[in-house]
Amino acid sequence: MENDSSGQIRMMQGNQACAEGALAAGCRFFAGYPITPSSEIAEHLSVALPKLGGKFIQMEDEIAAMGAIIGASLAGMKSLTATSGPGFSLKQENIGYAGMAEVPCVVINVMRGGPSTGMPTLPAQMDVQQARWGSHGDRGVIVLVADSAQESYEQTIRAFNLAEKYMTPVILLLDEIVGHTTEKVIIPERSEYEIIDRKKPDLPPDKYLPYRETEDLIPVLATFGTGYKYNVTGLCHNETGFPTNDPAIIGAQIKRLTDKIIIHKKDIIRNRMVMLEDAEIAIFAYGSVARSARSALAKCREAGIKAGLFQPTVLWPFPEDDIREVAGRVKGFVVPEMNMGQMAREVERACRRDTPVHRLNRVDGQPITPGEIVDLIKGVV
Amino acid sequence: MKQASIPLEEYMGSGHLACQGCGATQAMRFALKALGPQTALVIPACCWAVIDGSFPHSCVQQPIYHTAFETAAVVASGLKAGLEMRGDSETTVMAWAGDGGTFDIGLQALSGAAERNEDIIYVCYDNEAYMNTGIQRSSSTPYGAWTTTTPVTNYKRRPKKNMIDIMAAHEIPYIATASTAYPHDIIRKMAKAKEIRGTKYIQIFAPCPTGWKLAPELSVKMARLGVTSKVYPMLEITENGQKLEVWKDFEPSSVREYMKPQGRFRHLTDEELDGIEREVEANWQRLLAKEKMLGSIPGLA
Repeated sequence: MENDSSGQIRMMQGNQACAEGALAAGCRFFAGYPITPSSEIAEHLSVALPKLGGKFIQMEDEIAAMGAIIGASLAGMKSLTATSGPGFSLKQENIGYAGMAEVPCVVINVMRGGPSTGMPTLPAQMDVQQARWGSHGDRGVIVLVADSAQESYEQTIRAFNLAEKYMTPVILLLDEIVGHTTEKVIIPERSEYEIIDRKKPDLPPDKYLPYRETEDLIPVLATFGTGYKYNVTGLCHNETGFPTNDPAIIGAQIKRLTDKIIIHKKDIIRNRMVMLEDAEIAIFAYGSVARSARSALAKCREAGIKAGLFQPTVLWPFPEDDIREVAGRVKGFVVPEMNMGQMAREVERACRRDTPVHRLNRVDGQPITPGEIVDLIKGVV
Repeated sequence: MKQASIPLEEYMGSGHLACQGCGATQAMRFALKALGPQTALVIPACCWAVIDGSFPHSCVQQPIYHTAFETAAVVASGLKAGLEMRGDSETTVMAWAGDGGTFDIGLQALSGAAERNEDIIYVCYDNEAYMNTGIQRSSSTPYGAWTTTTPVTNYKRRPKKNMIDIMAAHEIPYIATASTAYPHDIIRKMAKAKEIRGTKYIQIFAPCPTGWKLAPELSVKMARLGVTSKVYPMLEITENGQKLEVWKDFEPSSVREYMKPQGRFRHLTDEELDGIEREVEANWQRLLAKEKMLGSIPGLA
């Protein structure tokens, strides 16, 4: 059944927009566990999914939810779970498993303050490095971020598309402000966005090799129950999916897990560049902080300061080349974020010491205001 | 029901952050009266992670170790072991968790602790859903109930998980149910648990007016009707799971009288209520049969 709300203007929470975006993307399976500030995604889907012939399961814990969506995905379903800090930590082993076995799925993490239980009802951006490195082992990851209910809707669709296209778990980060702010969402017409479904095998079952090296480095996993027999494991495996101890095969397999994201980074990375053409100072901001940054930008321009905004909508793979390009043109970067400087480090790395990077960090559960950003920029220029 | 006197000492002060009519709060007050000052609390994520309040208004006099969601029983085990190693065998360590932290995410830790027979009291205050995160269903949510993840169009169609039987299967020295409607009984059972070495599991029926869509002033009444309607039997299991005693000395009331004031059951039809009544009676009969069966096996103690 189709989701038929396209073209409507609706008032929605960011969390609800994620749920609606997931339905629009073709998600029909959700497994989750209650955790503030993400529970509304589950609550919304518990009503909506059964009406569309989908399945909603409230699991017994966070680990179970992550395991269930991997299972459902292997059965061909576009699958989603949603959580926040402590739950995101618990899911890490299985997120790595999905990365290793190359099973597409989407994990939404509505970031709250940490460490540990931290600030369940207050915003933070403290999980941006965990999203990249939280699970053990080495592999490429795709992490998206949203700054509004509108973008939550659109980025959820994109998360599913990227998961299906690159056969990998995709993480979408919201912060509590985005998750819990109710605002206008224009539901796009179906013609306005693309829906990508994972490739199907083009070989008969007797010739099929799930992890055979392809030109684009992306495997083609047959849906369970369609006549294709293969093995799925978290162990290092060869092209059949069965475990191997052959160093040459292991080395190539693990390298491919990184390369399959990196060689496609131009397709994955999307940035919003605002007034950067003539900018002397660039603000690097994402999530709800990017909204404060846009307001700060306007105030700066009013005051005659040539500021611009670099807003990544994909945090990983990190838009290193694009930062490098901007760094050559501006006198400095300002990086406001609700953590101790997790992405500022990446910006510094991309700038390679040629361009100064000024940090603005809040870890007290309070939003970063436009005024704070303006003050920092005034101090810098 | 056997009686115990209620100590005058108060270990739970005013100023807690619970909702009106909160059963979990009443349960804590009575439990602490029974256990006294030399008690350490271990509380995972649950309503009680919030109820005791923030500095300087904490309402509980005993020290509290707030843990990660899935670890109440094992953190309590470690705390108890550490105290014992320092020569302190007097302090009672009580894990205090909601039904989500007990029936669901904390079950593995609780099972591990019980199998090792760790010397802790584990209390589950059972309000039959994830109330702190906004009334999502748990595996303790009873058949038929509305929650925010079991909307009335898909209300819960599986029975409440039988945690008592699961704990009995661990052959621990003491298991009991209690209800906030019977403070004397809570105090007697808590005091009894305090004197027993090994794992003690006590499940306290604790109504949640907010989550049950219930008038707060009916909280204690529901805690009583739950028992007298046989929905939530009061029982004790001793002798490492081999002896079961069910409290039967009450004036029975109807299941409907218990369910009607609760908004979470409002969508149920007469036919569905009939089915629930039959199931409650069948469970009660099974429980009595089990009590009789266990009592008829000689030489087990």
